[in-house]
Amino acid sequence: MPLYRAHVLVCGGTGCTSGGSDKIYDAFLKEIEAQNLKDEIQVIRTGCFGLCAEGPIVIVYPEGAFYSKVADSDVKEIVEEHLLKGRIVKRLLYKESIEEGQIKSLNEVKFYKKQMRIALRNCGVINPENIEEYIAYDGYKALAKVLTEMTPEQVIDWVKRSGLRGRGGGGFPTGLKWEFAAKAPGDVKYVVCNADEGDPGAYMDRSILEGDPHSVIEAMAIAGYAIGSKQGYVYVRAEYPLAVKRLEIAIEQARQYGLLGKNILGTGFEFDIEIRLGAGAFVCGEETALMTSIEGHRGEPRPRPPFPAVKGLWGKPTLLNNVETYANIPVIILKGPEWFASIGTEKSKGTKVFALVGKVNNTGLIEVPMGTTVREIVEDIGGGIPGGKKFKAVQTGGPSGGCIPASLMDTPIDFDSLTALGTMMGSGGMIVMDEDTCMVDIAKFFLEFTVDESCGKCPPCRIGTRRMLEILQKITSGNGTEEDLEKLEELAYSIKDSALCGLGQTAPNPVLSTLRYFRDEYEAHVKEKRCPAGACKALLRIVIDKDLCKGCGICAKNCPANAITGQIKKPFEIDQSKCIKCGVCIEKCPFKAISKKA
Amino acid sequence: MIKSIQELEEIRKKALEELEFRKQHGEGIRVVVGMATCGIAAGARPVMLKFVEEIQKRNLRNVTVVQTGCIGLCKYEPIVEVYEPNKEKVTYVKMTPEKVLKVVAEHLVNGKPVYEYTIGYEENKEANN
Ligand SMILES: Cc1cc2nc3c(=O)[nH]c(=O)nc-3n(C[C@H](O)[C@H](O)[C@H](O)COP(=O)(O)O)c2cc1C
Ligand code: SF4
Ligand code: SF4
Ligand code: SF4
Ligand code: FES
Ligand code: FES
Repeated sequence: MPLYRAHVLVCGGTGCTSGGSDKIYDAFLKEIEAQNLKDEIQVIRTGCFGLCAEGPIVIVYPEGAFYSKVADSDVKEIVEEHLLKGRIVKRLLYKESIEEGQIKSLNEVKFYKKQMRIALRNCGVINPENIEEYIAYDGYKALAKVLTEMTPEQVIDWVKRSGLRGRGGGGFPTGLKWEFAAKAPGDVKYVVCNADEGDPGAYMDRSILEGDPHSVIEAMAIAGYAIGSKQGYVYVRAEYPLAVKRLEIAIEQARQYGLLGKNILGTGFEFDIEIRLGAGAFVCGEETALMTSIEGHRGEPRPRPPFPAVKGLWGKPTLLNNVETYANIPVIILKGPEWFASIGTEKSKGTKVFALVGKVNNTGLIEVPMGTTVREIVEDIGGGIPGGKKFKAVQTGGPSGGCIPASLMDTPIDFDSLTALGTMMGSGGMIVMDEDTCMVDIAKFFLEFTVDESCGKCPPCRIGTRRMLEILQKITSGNGTEEDLEKLEELAYSIKDSALCGLGQTAPNPVLSTLRYFRDEYEAHVKEKRCPAGACKALLRIVIDKDLCKGCGICAKNCPANAITGQIKKPFEIDQSKCIKCGVCIEKCPFKAISKKA
Repeated sequence: MIKSIQELEEIRKKALEELEFRKQHGEGIRVVVGMATCGIAAGARPVMLKFVEEIQKRNLRNVTVVQTGCIGLCKYEPIVEVYEPNKEKVTYVKMTPEKVLKVVAEHLVNGKPVYEYTIGYEENKEANN
């Protein structure tokens, strides 16, 4: 690698790319060429820096200037001012990163301060398309260490002692799973990485694959050594083209460097990886369905046991872990199981990556030690709720999860505390909700998702969740009864007990959890035909304040539904049965006499 | 093809050196070149490029070259300031690519500032006259 005097890191993560960072990258290349700086300055596209809300993000080293919300029209100025003349473009600096005119190191910025990056250690730091940058930060050192210094049993013992639990949702002890796969009889075994990531709002796994694909490849090779497997598969959805591309590049480079293939590092160990594309069905993230899909069949779940560790891909023992689970492995091997076990809570070790989205100022990708509280995440890292609104709840675990209400904000988050609250870790989606969010509506949103994604194999899930959705639709449209509430709960429990796979078994969770913490909201919908958050359109009423109305008639003239009647100079009235809640009259009334009522 | 751990380690060391300066507030030496309009007009760019070239040639991995705006002493441009951890900064004035060679050899490599190129030196000379 030639020496450059400056590196320009352009975020190539999902958020920033949708914000136009590709154009920014191209603009940098063009400007730098035009200014004849090509041999001095290197432009690099990285993975997600985490602070996606402030994207697109550009960092210029060696100064470490953290530019946020960059547009391609800003590039010329950055090149001319900063790169050519050495004057940092202050107006584009992320405001929290400057203090008394000095640039603070990124770790000092509030967003990063409470975070600890293990799985995301290289995301936004290295060029994911350059294996040497990964190697520079101790990449493939853990693989080298296990191949030359450790027996497979020792590797498994370390993973067990680290206390790592699966990050794909269930939280099963990873070391134990490795042990089962290692002890299962058979010469041919497989290592599989689950990169399906179907949860709405979650993009942790995608970000790891886009920002640091080698960490997953290295970990899979380590797993292969530990359980005695020569072949790995990464199952990733086709809707993640950038992740797929980076993974392809990384696998190819690893082969070229002799880190995949035969006789790795001259030790005689052999391991290779292939990519399998998924069509993007949520149920294909379920492990048995995923393996059926890799085998080339329709991705339908099958009963367990037998578990994959015993009878998996093509009937052979198979180790299946999530992307983030793998990303932790090399660090555990390098820093030791005790180090990893010293982070987190008693039964949940290490860190967890969350995709923080919804009504919070700093949306983005975060990684915190297990045991961090909801309050720390929402207030300190997330920077609070926008618009001075009140925090209401966070939803975790996606369609299989539930919510944590404001009153339980100080709960330290780990696998078990979340389960105790009636929600779950899931893969790590975290949706922040403010006072304007209707909890019945949220439950309905997730149920709609499940109904769409149910594979249809078993009736409780296929029919039961649809019934539940119909009841929720009835409630949010103002036609629900108290019996409906009872029926909803009954259905929820029976589906949980009788569905064949995890999708159906957890589908009722969002409903049960919101019923548990926000029952009053359900009751308001049912008994008073009122949506307290003012979110359910059908339950809103548009009303005219008699005292403010001057009787001008403008509203009636503009109402597309002819819902307003009255006599000039007398207060007008709205017929609620005709009103379609379009809000036109509110805008048109010159006397602000019309408003929405929840 | 990497055939042994030793080879992996060599690649690691080499690659890390290239990335070292991405670390913020590094421990190393910083060479700050004034690159405002007056600096550029006075020839700061060839000076900066010479620094980069020499540093690369000599493989000085603990040195980064940074630019800055106007230092406020236009008549002494090109100005270069060298910051070493725990040492007073040294300000070189009226730099040329030729002078850079000496600064790199004596100051950056051997730790002895070239005082005859510094501003303190010139002021002292004037004061002594
Ligand atoms: C409906 C359903 C969807 C799932 N989707 C995913 C997914 O997208 N990614 C994932 O890693 N695990 C998913 N899982 C969990 C996997 O079945 C499996 O437990 C996990 O990948 C194991 O890896 P881990 O032990 O590293 O967590 C899903 C489970 C169910 C029931
Ligand atoms: S629970 Fe739902 S997704 Fe799972 S097998 Fe049954 S129908 Fe398919
Ligand atoms: S909200 Fe729309 S439909 Fe309802 S009264 Fe006003 S203008 Fe008419
Ligand atoms: S526009 Fe406003 S003031 Fe006029 S009749 Fe309608 S409500 Fe009354
Ligand atoms: S995608 Fe750029 S910071 Fe997350
Ligand atoms: S028409 Fe009378 S106030 Fe507008």
